[in-house]
Amino acid sequence: MLRFEAVGLRYQRSGVRADASAGPEVLHDISFRLEAGAFRWLMGPSGACKTSLLRLLYLAVRPTRGRLTLLGTDVTTAPRRALPPLRRRIGVVFQDFRLLPHLSAFDNVALPLRIAGRPEGQIRADVSELLRWVGLSRHLDTRPAELSGGEQQRVAIARSVITRPALLLADEPTGNLDDGQAERLMQLFKEMNRIGTTVIVATHNEALVERHPAPTLHIANGRLAASDGPADGWVA
Amino acid sequence: MMSLRPSGFDELGLRRALSDRMLPLLVAAMTFLAALAMAGWFGTAALARHWQQGADTSLTVQVPQATDPAAHGGQTRLAAVLALLTGTPGVASAHALSDQELADLLKPWLGQGAERLAIPIPAVIAVRLTDADPHLEPLSHRLDDVAPGTLVEDHDRWIARLAVLARSLQACAALALLLVAGIAASVIAVATRAGLSTRREAIEIVHGLGATDAYIAGRFAARATLLAAGGAAAGALVALPVLLALARMAAPFVGEPAAAAADTLPDALGALPAALWLALPCLPVSAGAIGFATAQGAVRRWLRRLP
Repeated sequence: MLRFEAVGLRYQRSGVRADASAGPEVLHDISFRLEAGAFRWLMGPSGACKTSLLRLLYLAVRPTRGRLTLLGTDVTTAPRRALPPLRRRIGVVFQDFRLLPHLSAFDNVALPLRIAGRPEGQIRADVSELLRWVGLSRHLDTRPAELSGGEQQRVAIARSVITRPALLLADEPTGNLDDGQAERLMQLFKEMNRIGTTVIVATHNEALVERHPAPTLHIANGRLAASDGPADGWVA
Repeated sequence: MMSLRPSGFDELGLRRALSDRMLPLLVAAMTFLAALAMAGWFGTAALARHWQQGADTSLTVQVPQATDPAAHGGQTRLAAVLALLTGTPGVASAHALSDQELADLLKPWLGQGAERLAIPIPAVIAVRLTDADPHLEPLSHRLDDVAPGTLVEDHDRWIARLAVLARSLQACAALALLLVAGIAASVIAVATRAGLSTRREAIEIVHGLGATDAYIAGRFAARATLLAAGGAAAGALVALPVLLALARMAAPFVGEPAAAAADTLPDALGALPAALWLALPCLPVSAGAIGFATAQGAVRRWLRRLP
């Protein structure tokens, strides 16, 4: 499903693209593997590079060394054109939502399906149903700026699961939610996990982790410090 | 798989990033210039063709000492040459210019009263031919026999010079067209790059959701094609009355009376060469193609920086 083998990452100074010739290494020798259908918390202090690890997982960067295999594809060596289909099988909930401000809630959630070329009739049914499920059926035509932080987050969550991804990643997904909404979100993640989606949730919220115990990947100073998953094969 | 995305779904926000004001306006101005250059091309070609046809069927014969007796018979040299010319097959008419006509011809160079100058002026005969390709060698030998020193001048040299001039003007028009196309491509590339930088975040989000380079470049290209083709159509429409006015002014030079050119609308529209009517609609099509290719190239190059 996914496998890290001595993966290292350094950023180019200008930002987006990983380049071995520039910038200090932010992730060092990350090695672990997860089977399909796993659920893992990702925890670590601020600045431990949880987000960088997630960026590798949602293919915003490629490793600068080591080998990373995602959904059966070695993304270290795969040609660039092989990555878009892979990205479509990965759902991401960003800490800052990353919604498109000029699109309505409906169009934001429909976007991954339209990129994947799904028929519009199916899109209409699926998106309306999911937005109703996250409690936004009255806000289909509302733009993100007119929604509260919690509502925007629910739109972002709906967008991440609308394609029924094989891998679901979330970066502090409960940050803007009250306890009730956070619980509802966890139900959704668990439901996705139950139908076979691999789920990794980065969080600081220890109370949430205690209420929903699951194996945890601990990261510190750019290294994987521990994993209490039964067969993650992690190397400190 | 065929995408059924609703038309007008603007996920990248390009309606604002590639606005429908500046770019179409610039392309319209460029198209206006391109239409003028094209009209120049076709106009020059038509004039060159017309002059060539006219000059191919005429000759000028100069007879020095026209009133002296000819080599044979009792005629003057002028009369002998005229007689010989009119009896030559292929000659439609031979007309000796009168003193007045000669004076008119020389006035620009010698001023009024050229005939009073003590310069021996040859008689000049304007010859019209029925055949555009006469054999001049034997004719000039025979004329030289009856009146030695007679010069036969066809207009080849002038035609050659006019042809060079026409070709140069056409080359200039082609160069102007190329230049305009290049500037249009640059303007579209600059607008596209500006759009890329203002919509960078949206592009990264859409890219992160699994959009291919073709998908993103396609959105930009569709927008650029629409704006460029629309601007060019407006530019071509604005150029049309100007071209019609120019065609009307040029009509006398290609042998059509100016008045006939524009009394009714069909007449006015008919004044433009058919080739120009075919070429004008090509301007929006070409502008659209330039917009499409330029935007595709610029966006795909830019996207290579993303993983």
